[in-house]
This record gives sequence, structure tokens and C-alpha cells, in this order.
Amino acid sequence: MNVQIKKTDAEEGIISALKSAGANTAILDKGLPTRRVEPFHYTDLRNLLKSFPAASNSGEATTVDALIDGATISFANNAHTGGAFPAGVTGSVLGAPTPVPADVVIDANIIGDLNEALVANGVVIDIAPNKHIDEPIILAHNVSGGASSALRFAVSLGAGSSATIVEHHTSDGASNHQNTVSNLSLAKDAKVTWVIMQEHGAETTRLAQLNIHLAQNTDLTILVLNSGGKLVRQEIHMAVQGEGSNVTIKGVNLIADNMHIDVTTTLAHNAPNTNADELFRNVLTGNAKGVFQGQIRVSQIAQKTDAKMACNTLLLSDAADFSAKPELEIFADDVLCGHGATVTDIDKNHLFYLRARGISEKVARGLLVKAFVEEVFEDLDNEKLGESLNARIENWLDINA
Amino acid sequence: MIEIKNLHVKIADTDTMILNGVNLTVKAGEVAAIMGPNGSGKSTLSYVMAGKSDYEVTQGDILFNGESILEMEPDERAVAGLFLAFQYPLEIPGVPTMNFLKAALNSQRKARGQDELTTPDFIRKVKGAAQHLGIDMTMLKRPLNVGFSGGEKKRAEILQMSLLEPKFCVLDETDSGLDIDALKIVSDGVNALRTPERGFLVITHYQRLLDHIVPDSVHVLYKGRIIKSGDKSLALHLEENGYADVIKEVA
Repeated sequence: MNVQIKKTDAEEGIISALKSAGANTAILDKGLPTRRVEPFHYTDLRNLLKSFPAASNSGEATTVDALIDGATISFANNAHTGGAFPAGVTGSVLGAPTPVPADVVIDANIIGDLNEALVANGVVIDIAPNKHIDEPIILAHNVSGGASSALRFAVSLGAGSSATIVEHHTSDGASNHQNTVSNLSLAKDAKVTWVIMQEHGAETTRLAQLNIHLAQNTDLTILVLNSGGKLVRQEIHMAVQGEGSNVTIKGVNLIADNMHIDVTTTLAHNAPNTNADELFRNVLTGNAKGVFQGQIRVSQIAQKTDAKMACNTLLLSDAADFSAKPELEIFADDVLCGHGATVTDIDKNHLFYLRARGISEKVARGLLVKAFVEEVFEDLDNEKLGESLNARIENWLDINA
Repeated sequence: MIEIKNLHVKIADTDTMILNGVNLTVKAGEVAAIMGPNGSGKSTLSYVMAGKSDYEVTQGDILFNGESILEMEPDERAVAGLFLAFQYPLEIPGVPTMNFLKAALNSQRKARGQDELTTPDFIRKVKGAAQHLGIDMTMLKRPLNVGFSGGEKKRAEILQMSLLEPKFCVLDETDSGLDIDALKIVSDGVNALRTPERGFLVITHYQRLLDHIVPDSVHVLYKGRIIKSGDKSLALHLEENGYADVIKEVA
């Protein structure tokens, strides 16, 4: 049966964007994924995405403070607006897309497909073997004026090198659409801290990917802080191809009234003796909706995998809604894999203890919510980074919780 | 200072009665001890005084300096000068002890219309009080009560009490989980706070604590009622003979 379904406004918008970019419109033949498409079950894109504005090759500079000091490469909508790469880094601003790193498998890859077709700018960064880049590289993207923008960041670290990369996403209050795909490759013994800091305006949509290939003995830390946007889907796809690699993911999703934030991670362990530790904490208010999908795939060769995943959610309103889908696919027999998901309100005994010391209910709640999320970024190797992330969290809680 | 009048209490949303007409008066400067077998309602009495919402007062009243406190929120009672040292102090991950102490101290000061303490003044105050209780300052950088030993938790309770300078203190089995040395330190800490203006209600199972914190009066709580009151010799009598003959007396 071949029923022609009427295209939504957003789908029409995307098709016209594809046409004006000279791209094939085939990726939209089936329309945007609905909840019937498994990876989009909790984020029905066809239903949630209301429009798709035209691209813009110019835009406003952000008014948001930088998260930390570093070498900042800035983009305003699709325009590169400045910045220099730190010493020792080979970088260029790109025109053409870069490929997804080898071995990374992505199901229902609409975000990648859109980026492939619409990407207008971005950077390519190569860090030479054994180079240690101390200065963080900040990729700052501000979308504004009700435009759509698609960027791609490609970063590869040579053997034994190290770096800290910060994606910083901001926007104004207009109905913007941001699409970014970051492709990261770590050669043997490389070490990277990758931060995704998203503090969009209340009407901005962000559809994004971070795709990573890890070779032997690599060390990857991903820190995610989502605190804005109207509709946000952040995918993180990882292929652990080298023995002895270590992945740490820590994330906080602060989801205010009427926002929808989805973090979807897939972690494929394809080599023996690798570790992964994934922790997300979420706070929701009002009618907020949150989604966490965490998939861990352990292939038969990946013996002695030690992977754990936790997702803890604090609902500050009865109308808020969070869906957690941990998924383990294990084909090896000698592994340690675990996951846990909790959804709670503030512990009333904790609240009573604080109030019994004269702390008002409002202040006591604030202390407990703050404790719940700020724990995530405590004890980072980079203390300053942890403090900056927690300062942003505190700021959000002051306004929203 | 504290007048508990015909207090009847049940567990909220159930019909289970815990206290069945408690009458007790504690004057300023007095240390009153409550003893009683397990399940007699001792901890419930302490929680009801502090305002825990798990319990419902069905009859009677608690007056603090002549005013009923039953309609007051837990934090309002604390600001008014009531303090409960918990039998099981709660572990609160992610809240550093120092931050908690500062929030508590300044919340109370603010509610009383006093200026908040500056950070150097606050640290000086905590350092002094901690030293008396043998508390290491590094312990106070850890999250509140998390990973503290039983003794450390009880000492932290007394530290809070000495910093907040309440008018009336309820100590719920402060001796449980303490070794002899810790018991001495905690008792000294309590004794240092005894003044003619401040009242204490000490809940305990054991005479041992009352050797260190000598009470002015001793009361036996049984099945939710005070069944016998006396001076400190009553505690010694109980220690030697158990509760059986006191219970028989009223039966």
C-alpha cells in the first residue's frame, strides 16, 4: 500500500531548503520520523517540528558569556565570524562536509542526512600526534533572527595527543533551527574532553549529533549541559574500536516548562577491555518533557567490557514527563554491564531535616535540587570547567526552580 | 517553657495512635529525661515537637513559652528556638556541611531580623565550636553526614545545636551509637550549653547518658503516656530493676 501523506509545514520547509541547496529531496520521501520509527519513539519529530525556516548566511553575535576562556571560533547562523586556532592546531573553516568517523553506526539518521544535505559551514581541526593543547578550543554557534543553520565540526586527534573542545550553542528568542554534526576521531592513546553546552532561546530547535571513533587506549570525557531550546535532540554515537579505552559521559538536562529535550546515546563496544560510565541527571518543571535513550552494544569480541549507565530524574511538577530507555545488547559472555533509571521528587525526609534547622521550604528545596544536579560536574579534572558548568546550573535554578 | 498538654497523636492517614495523652512541663533551665521501653512513643514525641508531617495531633497542645506551636511549620519552630537532635541524622549527598550550616544559621538570623553573618565571621564561629567537639574542619567540607561514622553524625548534631543556640533542645537518643569517649565529648558539649534560660528534653534508653548529663527530672513514657515521674534516682531505679515494676504499679 502506498498512501501519500500530506506533508507538514516543517516537511515542506525542509524540502524547499533541500531544493534551494541543490540537494536530493529523497531523504524526506517518507517524511520526518514519527514515533513508529523506533529511535524516535519518544520524540515524534513529524509531530513536534512545527516549521523549518530558510537558511541565513549572516546573523547576530551572541550576548551570552563564554563558558570558559579559550580559543573561540565563532559562527553566526551559517557565517563564520572570527576566531583563531590555538598554536599547534591545524584548523580550517570548511565548505564541504566531512565523513562520519569509521565504524560509527547510526539508525534512522535523519539528523545526519539533513546535515549532509544542508551543511553550509564548519571547521576541520587536526591535532598532531603527541601534541597537548592546553587551551580549550571553543566552537561557538549563535543562531538568530528566525533562521536555520547547519554546521559541521570535524576534529581528529593524533596518537598520544590531547585537547579540550567546547561546543557552545546559543540563540535569540526567535524561532530558529540549528543542525550541527560533530565528527571526532581519537587515534591511539589520545585523550579528549568534549563539552556540549546548549543554552538556546525558548523558541529554538536543535537537532544535533556527536559521532566518535575511539582507537586503542583512548580516553574520552563528554560533558553535556542542556538548559534551553524548545525542541532539542542531541544524539551521541560512539564506536569503541580499540582495546583499553575509557569513556565517561556526564550530563545534566535542565528542562523548563514546555521544552522537549531528548538525549540519545549509542555506545558500541567493539574491542576487549574497555570501560564506559554514563550518568545523566535531569530536572523538569511545568509541562516539560524529557527523553533519555541509552544504548550499549557489546559485540562478541568485546570481552571484559565494564559499562554502566544511570539516568536520574527529578520532576518538580506533576505535569512534567520523562521517558528513559536504557538498552543493553550484549553478545560477549564475560562483561559487567548495568543500568539504572530513577524518577523521583525531592526526598521529604531530607526536606524535613533541613527545615528543622530553620531553613525555609523554598531555600531547602533549592539546596536539594542544586545538590542533585551539581554532583554531576563535581570532581572534574578541570575544576574550573566544573565550576563554570555549575554556575550555569545555579543560574538556571534561580530563574526556573 | 515547654508545656505538653494531653497530647494525642496518630500516624497521619491511619488510625494508629502513638501518643495517648502526654502531659509534661519542662521549665527554663531544666533538664528533663524521658525513658521508656521500645515502641512507647519517645521518638514520635520528638518528631511531633519538631513538626514532622508524618504525624497528626488529634487532641491536646504543645505550648512553647505560652504559645501553641502546632500550627507552625518546622522551620518556624526552629526559628522560634526549638531544636531537635535527630536519633538518625540524615545523609544529604551533594550539600557540603559548611554550606548547610551557613544556610541554617543565616536563615534563622534573617527570620529574626538580624544581619547575616559574613563568611569570615561564620568560619570563625564554626571553627571554635568544632574544636570543642573534637570535629576536624575537613569533615565539614564533606557532604552533610555522608560517610560520617555514627559518632561523627552525633557530634555534628551537637555542633549544629551549639551554633544555632536554640532556647529549647530535644535530644533523641543522642547516646545511641556512641562509644564511651564520644559519649563524654557529646555530653560535655551539651553540658556547656546548659544555662538558666535554656531547657532540655533528653530521650534515652540508658542511665549511662544521665551520668554525664544529670537530669532535674525523669519521666517514664509507656504506651503513649507518662506513667511515672521522679528525680534522677528514678533513672537509677529503672537501670537496676527494668520497667516491669513501674509498669505493674500503674496497671
